[in-house]
Amino acid sequence: MAADDGMQVIIGLEVHIQLNKLRTKLWCSCTSAYHGKEPNTVLCPVCLALPGTLPVLNKRAVEFAILLGLALKGDVQKETFFYRKNYYYPDMCKNFQISQYDKAGGVPICVGGELAFRAGKEARTVHFMRVHMEEDPGRLAYDGSITTSPVAYVDYNRHGMALLEAVTEPELRSPEEARAFLKKLRAIVEHLGIADLGLEGSMRCDANISYKGHARVEVKNISSMKEVEKALMFEMMRQKQKIKGGGEIVQETRHWDEVRRVTVSLRTKETEKDYRYFPEPDLVPVAIDKKMLDAARKAMPELPDARIQRIVKQYQIPEYDASVLCDSKAMADFYEATVKIFDDPKDVSNWLMGDVSRRLNEDLVEIEETKLTPKALAQMLRLIKDGTITGKIAKGLVKGMLSGAMPADLVKEHAVKRIDDAALLGNLAREVIVENPKVVAEVKEGKNPRTFEFLVGQVMKKTKGQADPELTREILKELL
Amino acid sequence: MSKKIDENTVAHLAELARITLSDKERKEFAKQLSSILEFFSQISELDTENVKPTYHVVELKNVFREDESREGLSQEAALRNAPQKEKGYFKSPKIVED
Repeated sequence: MAADDGMQVIIGLEVHIQLNKLRTKLWCSCTSAYHGKEPNTVLCPVCLALPGTLPVLNKRAVEFAILLGLALKGDVQKETFFYRKNYYYPDMCKNFQISQYDKAGGVPICVGGELAFRAGKEARTVHFMRVHMEEDPGRLAYDGSITTSPVAYVDYNRHGMALLEAVTEPELRSPEEARAFLKKLRAIVEHLGIADLGLEGSMRCDANISYKGHARVEVKNISSMKEVEKALMFEMMRQKQKIKGGGEIVQETRHWDEVRRVTVSLRTKETEKDYRYFPEPDLVPVAIDKKMLDAARKAMPELPDARIQRIVKQYQIPEYDASVLCDSKAMADFYEATVKIFDDPKDVSNWLMGDVSRRLNEDLVEIEETKLTPKALAQMLRLIKDGTITGKIAKGLVKGMLSGAMPADLVKEHAVKRIDDAALLGNLAREVIVENPKVVAEVKEGKNPRTFEFLVGQVMKKTKGQADPELTREILKELL
Repeated sequence: MSKKIDENTVAHLAELARITLSDKERKEFAKQLSSILEFFSQISELDTENVKPTYHVVELKNVFREDESREGLSQEAALRNAPQKEKGYFKSPKIVED
């Protein structure tokens, strides 16, 4: 998507995926279940880099890395090494991060790879430079915003969690594309079962942003998928204004300040060579043989693309529906569980993609964060089908169902049943006709069918959506 | 191959390591580091074309740990050596300047 002023932005992402489905951290046997715990209570001498401690690699972390590498169609390497990335920052106790490197003889666990996704109507493919393993730093907390806080508070519970960093080529062309790409990547990670991405900080990004012919800026500290689009839009606007004003973009690292919604310069003069990468002497090389690869291939679950094709075939719904549902594993699981107990696949997808998704978006929650169950949705669809409630009434039940209510109980509680009392509807229809003489005249001219539906809507309004729409139409037609 | 280390390079390295050096120390270390590099540059006289790089001096591979959790430290023990702490956190100077 080229901007209307001809300035083309180029975006590359470094996506950190926290392997919180592992039971333990990357180098030590501390539990990975640190979310929600008191600060500095989920750690050990290894996490704190106390003298004499040594890292020991979590075998399952390597298996997870191989799974992601294969799922992204990358080249899983036969031999891979860990490297030290040296930098001085309070989120790291050791003053270096154990990571992997693709220069100076380094070999990350997976090289290359690609991801096909849909951005709007366009089919896109973005390539990866690599997927590498590294440890998560600790978490810094501030008094308010990072720029205004007088001190930083450090919590090392997160320190040493296993991360996979997927680095893309600079091939993304807009914030919307970046979001669509991340959505697809998220769906793949969820299907692989290597990370619960509903947990805070489980998918974080750094973004490289530049305009053609100008210097590149790296924006760090984008804490979630939802923040990526905002951070990119701000940084694009900042660069654009600077370029248009005749200024020059400085190649630098900036920090996304979530509270103030701006990127701020970190004022570091450190360049890549200042990280002084060198092979990690405390960890031996990892050799990935055919046996490990075969095991990973065998363990490979159904991935979103395959699932979309299967759902289309199995339930005969449009590919568009299937791909929207498979954007989220939880949504796709919910769909299939509902279809199992309510045999109208299109009806189920219509409701999930329509009113249910709309409510989820309004509340900024994912379906798995609500108390809605497939059983409740199936019950609601049955109530519509047997004529107990109208679709309109059902729409009003969704909110309560997301809080865990069963639709049949809601109907009883609020006495929101379909009204099929012809005498009552007749009276209401007569009222509507008297109240809307102009519309009635238009209907009688018979030019615009929508004028008739307006009258139906008025009867609906008087019954708070409970009138049987078919019966109302019949009665109105007769009266006119 | 070998490059002389000048005082500016020493100053830069000192900044990366967050240590303060006097003028005298900078001069001294520049000389010392240069001679260390000089010494190592002898290695580059060897023909290593067909030698595989050594990543690790130990000939071990695949030293793994099973993914099983164990109890760690208490908050009190973890913070025991911290010069500054508050509400269970380590306290550090601010990072970003205005």
